[in-house]
Formats: sequence, structure tokens, C-alpha cells
Amino acid sequence: MSSTTFPPPTARARTWRKPSVLPGFALTFGTTIGWLSLIVLIPIATIFLKAAGMGWRHFLEVGFSDRALAAYRLSFGTAAAAGLVNAVFGLLVAWVLVRYAFPGKKVVSALVDLPFALPTAVAGIALTALYSPNGWIGQFLDPLGIKVAFTPLGITIALVFIGLPFVVRSVEPVLADLGKDVEEAAATLGASRSQTFARVIFPAIGPALLTGFAMAFARGVGEYGSVIFISGNMPGKTEIAPLLIVTQLEQYAYEGATAIAVVMMLVSFGILLAINALQAAGRRRMGA
Amino acid sequence: MIKVQNITKRFGDFAALHGIDLEIEDGEFVALLGPSGSGKTTLLRIIAGLEFQDGGEVYFGGEDVSRLKVADRHVGFVFQQYALFRHMTVAENVAFGLSVKKRRDRPSKAEIRARADELLRLVQLEGLGARYPGQLSGGQRQRVALARALAIEPKLLLLDEPFGALDAKVRKDLRRWLRDLHKQMGLTSIFVTHDQEEALELADRVVVMDHGKIEQVGTPEEIYMNPRTAFVSHFVGETNRVAGEGGEVHFRPHDVDVVEEGGETVLVDNVFRKGGAWRVEGALVETGLLVEFDMDAALAPPATGTEVRIAPRRSRLFNPA
Amino acid sequence: MKLRATTEGRLTQALLIALALAFLAFFLLLPLVAVFSEALKAGIGAFVAAIATPDAWAAIKLTLLIAAISVPLNVVFGIAASWAITKFSFPGKSLLITLIDLPFSVSPVVSGLIFVLLFGANGLFGHWLAEHDLKIIFAVPGIVLATVFITFPFVARELIPLMMEQGKDDEEAALSLGASGWQTFWHVTLPNIRWGLLYGVLLCNARAMGEFGAVSVVSGHIRGETNTMPLHVEILYNEYDFVGAFAVASLLAGLALVTLVAKSVLEWRFDLHSGAKH
Repeated sequence: MSSTTFPPPTARARTWRKPSVLPGFALTFGTTIGWLSLIVLIPIATIFLKAAGMGWRHFLEVGFSDRALAAYRLSFGTAAAAGLVNAVFGLLVAWVLVRYAFPGKKVVSALVDLPFALPTAVAGIALTALYSPNGWIGQFLDPLGIKVAFTPLGITIALVFIGLPFVVRSVEPVLADLGKDVEEAAATLGASRSQTFARVIFPAIGPALLTGFAMAFARGVGEYGSVIFISGNMPGKTEIAPLLIVTQLEQYAYEGATAIAVVMMLVSFGILLAINALQAAGRRRMGA
Repeated sequence: MIKVQNITKRFGDFAALHGIDLEIEDGEFVALLGPSGSGKTTLLRIIAGLEFQDGGEVYFGGEDVSRLKVADRHVGFVFQQYALFRHMTVAENVAFGLSVKKRRDRPSKAEIRARADELLRLVQLEGLGARYPGQLSGGQRQRVALARALAIEPKLLLLDEPFGALDAKVRKDLRRWLRDLHKQMGLTSIFVTHDQEEALELADRVVVMDHGKIEQVGTPEEIYMNPRTAFVSHFVGETNRVAGEGGEVHFRPHDVDVVEEGGETVLVDNVFRKGGAWRVEGALVETGLLVEFDMDAALAPPATGTEVRIAPRRSRLFNPA
Repeated sequence: MKLRATTEGRLTQALLIALALAFLAFFLLLPLVAVFSEALKAGIGAFVAAIATPDAWAAIKLTLLIAAISVPLNVVFGIAASWAITKFSFPGKSLLITLIDLPFSVSPVVSGLIFVLLFGANGLFGHWLAEHDLKIIFAVPGIVLATVFITFPFVARELIPLMMEQGKDDEEAALSLGASGWQTFWHVTLPNIRWGLLYGVLLCNARAMGEFGAVSVVSGHIRGETNTMPLHVEILYNEYDFVGAFAVASLLAGLALVTLVAKSVLEWRFDLHSGAKH
């Protein structure tokens, strides 16, 4: 770092990265790639290798068994339902936080991040305590014939809890950025408030809302801690896919666990790619 | 003496600089003038050692510094947005260059403080040493950045758009102040600007650049009165461009006489007062080209829709490139 | 309130605010209240007794240990990654950022599974590890690995946008004033990113201490040895020791609250900073 010379500029120009006066590229880039490979890339590659070693037929057999299919249906179904609930209420919460003034707003805004900060197991037992038939809320629902705990409805509620901040936090900045002036412009052009919302505001925040939904959905599909307490874990009925992986592992059925994990990861990566494409498209359209 | 020899620089497919040669005498105050994308900032950063050329050399007083790191070139660099360290006080900012010296070269704490105070006095910010950059006005921040750059006793002062981030009034005051400071210190200085007025007012010599090439180097007088290329003529000062025999004829609005006979006929479109003269806008009747020229404010201004005959006192012919 | 053309009527506003608050109270606040209320249901004495058991203490200590190892690792990595990514230009940068974010899109259970497949008894290195009498899965190293994987992106993703926005001017200025690379980092870069770094550390720590799914797969649930606090909560709950489960859970909920408060304070400070900057 104290040497005063470096290779001739002509030699530098041929390197694959652009030269910079700032030091430390080799050190930091090396650390990044090394650590990333060690902790993330190689371990993830292992599971795909393991799956590839199973053979196509066996992979399909255990990866798409009736029990696995039921688990996927439940995981994807409840995650989608929770995502939709969050899209609606997350937008509402973001709107209220950005646009209106009310006492305690800062506290409310901080509370939105609770699901990020609260350990999932804690959320899981708390929700179960609330919604079990003799729980705080469950005792009122039970006489009405509404069963929450140990049903898909309970799983959905847990996933609503987990996914809410994703929607709020992705919509909020876009909504705040969307200047009042475009709404004022719409108003001067004669648009009613609902027309302004439907034709000006909603299209502008649509991509962010979709991103938030996708993130909440992806998180919901993989969620474990907050769900297993409230779900009841009945195979074929209330057994989510991550739990099925754990069950397989406990029975030393490593191939079954691997196959299900690979199916879930491929879906997750697909969603991740879709989110990235969506954001890129949104950026291009907004010209940012 | 600063010498730049055959400097080339590419950013991907974009040739930022091709074959720049430039010599700057000790104590000179030089402006690099050009539109954005002309390569002027890139050249300044290459001289500083903040950017690396693909080819060519930079010499400081005969020594090839092309391979020296920025820290070893001892240049003072003033950034366009000042790059003041927000978490340090003004005095700490100014003292930074001295406090990071190797232990055996580092002055004592008291000396550093004295030097910082002295520099703050020089830039007329006495007593503001304990403030943070966020508590200063734009013009004050600019002067802190300058004091910080001067603290390392640079052989060369480089300023990137030094007045770019300031409003018009502050800009004018600071310009005058900087010129006086340069006179007083005699430090070789190069600054980048896209504002021709700034370059003409401040610099001993102006280097006009366009598309990665030097168009002309000269004193402000030479640049203004004898532009060597059509680009310089057009970019520096106001210029009328009309088609003439064998090329483009350029003339300044203030180099125009209104004549009784001969000349060209202009259909007057608009007249307004500009400084001490009437500025007349109109179109040449013959070609429809738009021209502007000045008329003595003592005379009655021509009415819109009337015709006036004009003849340029001075004009220059440029061959099409 | 001023009458404006572009806002809803007062009644609509009040209605929307009420609806949003009701939703938040129902789905977020109520579970939080339930944790503390259930924990204190049998009185403060039972609460203290539940926490003072040796197993609970062991879980608390293990949780702190895991965080103390994995958070610094992520800090070092996060700083290195964001320095390389934001201060230099090289091809493949956006792919690198995507790869750093990868652990976010992997189910916690799967995150644990991949380490079982690598280091478990039947795993790729299982045989070799057994021969050398090394234990990773069902032991502390496995828990650390899973936690580091889960929290991998936290610090880097806070720092990358921050350092991107701050640009390279300050570092270039320091270098031009004669500072060395380390001096530049310590005196200029680190102070510039300290709040963002702290923010990342806060979130990283909350997740490291609270992670359940991934840790559950690799830990083996050995009481007093490989049980972290969240795992201990599960065990107590499954043994119908609800007061004990909620007592330990309330400690974790307290940590979450502290995290939220600290986070809000930092956000408030951030605003202060950006306000002074412009």
C-alpha cells in the first residue's frame, strides 16, 4: 500500500476491470468471492449435485409424490392467499403512513417492521395462543364454526404476519416519491379523486406492489418457524413443504428431502428472476 | 513546468481523449474550457493521478509522474462538489492532509493547528474552524475545500468546475477572490469550466477542448479575437454564422455596422436593450438565416418589420470541416 | 387541515387510518402483547423461575455466542463486498449482487439441509469428519454455518446502496491529500458509513439470534448443548410448559423491540444526516 509505483498504464488498460486510484480491489474482491463461494455457492451447488445423482425417475417419484404435491399446494396456496391479503392491506398501511398525519405515526411505522425483528418461533407460539380454540381470538371464532388453528386458515394468518413488511416497505418509497404534482396535474385536467387513483397513482406504484407481493410470497413459501406451531402438521392436510423436508430428514430420507428442497428452490429462484426482470422493466419505463 | 504528452484515454468504446499535448508554465493560471463530454475533466483527473491514461505521459518539472500515485504527486485537488468530510470539523478537514503524514514527516499537533488557522485566515474563514461543513454556505464550503487542498503545500492546484455548484452572485465574488488569491500566491493552477465567461475572466491562458481534442490554446484575448476553428469561434462568445463563399462566415454581434449602402439586408424581428446597446434580432432577407447584432443605444432602435442593412466590421471565414 | 384538491375528505381519511390501524393492531400488536401476557400469566415469580433454569441459561449463552461469531464475520464480508462493488467497475457486478442476495430466497429449512448434506453423517464430508473426530452437524459449528448463511446478505445490502450514493469523491480527496489506503478507509469511509453499518449489524444480529428453521435442522436439539433460545422455546412449548416457553420467548420479543427502537432512532438520524447534506 505504500509502494509508489504500479504497472505501466498500458498494461493496466488491458485488465478486465477499469483501473481505479482507490486501493484494495484484490483484497476486497477476493474476500467477497471466496467467502461467497464457501458459504453460499458451494453449499447450494451441493444440493443440486445430490439431486442430479438421484436419477430423473427417482427424483420425480419422491419430489412429486402425493404427499409432496399436497404440501406444495398448501405452501404455494397459503403463501399466495397471504400475499394477496398483504397486497391490499400493505398498500393501505403504506398509503396511510405516507399520506396522512396522525398521532403515533412513528410508532406505527416502527411496528410495521416487527415481523422482520421478531424471531419466527416467537411469532408462531404467539399466534397459536391467540387463535387456538380457547385462545384470545379463537374463543370467539370457535362458536361461529370458524377454525383457525391447525387449518390452512391459520397458516395463512401466520404468513400474513410474516409478509406484511415486504409489501409496505416496497410500496412506501415509491408512493413518497410520487410527487403530489402529478396528482395535482390530474386534478387540474379534470380527473376525479378515484380516477386519479386508478389511472395515475395505481399504475405508478403497480410494479412496487407486485414486487412486494412476490417477495412476501417467496418468503411465505419457505417459511417454517411461525407456521409449524399453528398448522397442526397433518400429512396431506396441513403439512407445509418445509415441514415435509424436516420430516424426511428426521426419517433419514435424504433423497426425499433433497428432491423437495430442489423443487422449492427452483420455484424461489424463478420468482427472484421474475422480480429482477420486473424491476428492470419498471426502471426502463420510468427512465431512471 | 507541467507537461502533458500525447495523452489518450478511452472509456469502453468512447474515446475520451486522443493525443493531448499541453505545456503549462510555472505560476500560470490555466482554464480547460469545453462543453460536457469534451474530456476536460478527464484530462484534469489524469494530471492529478485520479484517472489513468491509456497512453502518453505527464511530467511535473521534467519528472515523469505518469506512474506516481495520486498521494505522491502532491497536487491540490478541489472537487466539484467539494468532497468535504462531513464528520470532521472545518479545521479537521483542513488539517487532514497534514495529520495523515507518516509519523516522521508529521508536524506536531500545535503546528498542524497553527497551519490550519493560517489557511482559514487566508480563505477568510477565521473563527469557523469548529463548525461542520453542513453548517456552512456553498461559497464557504468551496473555500474550505481550497484551504484543505492548499494545506499539503501542493506544487500544482487543480480545480474541477470550482464555481459549478454556486449561485450567480456568490460565483462572481468568489471568482474575483480566487483571481486575487492566485496573484498573491503564484501557485500553478488549472481549472476546468464549461463557462466561457469564467475562463476568459480568470485565466492567463485558456485551453479550449472539444470531443477529446484541444481546439486552441491561447490567452483569453487570442481565443476571443482570433478563434482558430469554427468550434472555438462558436463556443467562446456570441457568434453569427452565415454561409459565405468557400465556407462559413462568423462575426460577433458587436462587430457589426449599420450601413446605408451595400452589406446585407436584415428583416428586423425583435429589438431589446442589452447592456449599453440595442440588441437587434432578425433574419437575412436573402437566405433567411437568423442573425443578431448590436446598435448604438444613442440611435433610435429600428422598428419590428423594417429592414436594416448591415456590414460586419470583422469576420472570419471557416472552411467546412 | 388545509383544504386541498388532491386529498381525500376528512371522513375518508379517518376511515382509512382506522382500518389500517385496526389491521396492524390485530395482526402485529396483538401477537406481541400475547407473548408478554402469556409469559407473565403465572406471575413474575414463575417467569423468573422459568428463565433461571440451567437449560435456559445454556440456550441464552449459546445464542449470544452464535451472534458474537456470525455478526462480525458478516460485517467483515459486508464491508469487503460493498467496497469492491461500489468503488470499482467490473463486468458481472449485478450478477454478484444477485448472488449475495441469494440466501434471502432460500427457505431456512433448505439452508439447514444443505449443510446437513455437506457435513452430516451421510453427507459429502461426513465420513472424513467422523474419521478425524470432528463434529459440525448437531454441534455449534453447524449452527454458526447455518446462521452465517441465513444472515449473509444483511450488512452488504445495507452498505451497497449507501456507498453507491456517496460515490468516490471523499476517498479520492483523502488520497490526493496524501492518505494511505487504510487511512482513507478508517478516517473517511468508515465514518461515512457508520450509521448504515450499525443498521445492518442490528438487523443481522436480530436475525442471527432469532433464526429458527435453519438452526433447527442442523442443531440436533441437544438440551444444554446445541439449543439456541428459539429452539428452547419450541422444546418447552412442545412439552406444554407454556409459561416457560413464553418466558424465553418474551426475552426474544424484548430483543426485537430494542432492535425496532434502535432502528427507528437510526432512521431518524439518517434523515438528519441527509438533511444536512443537501
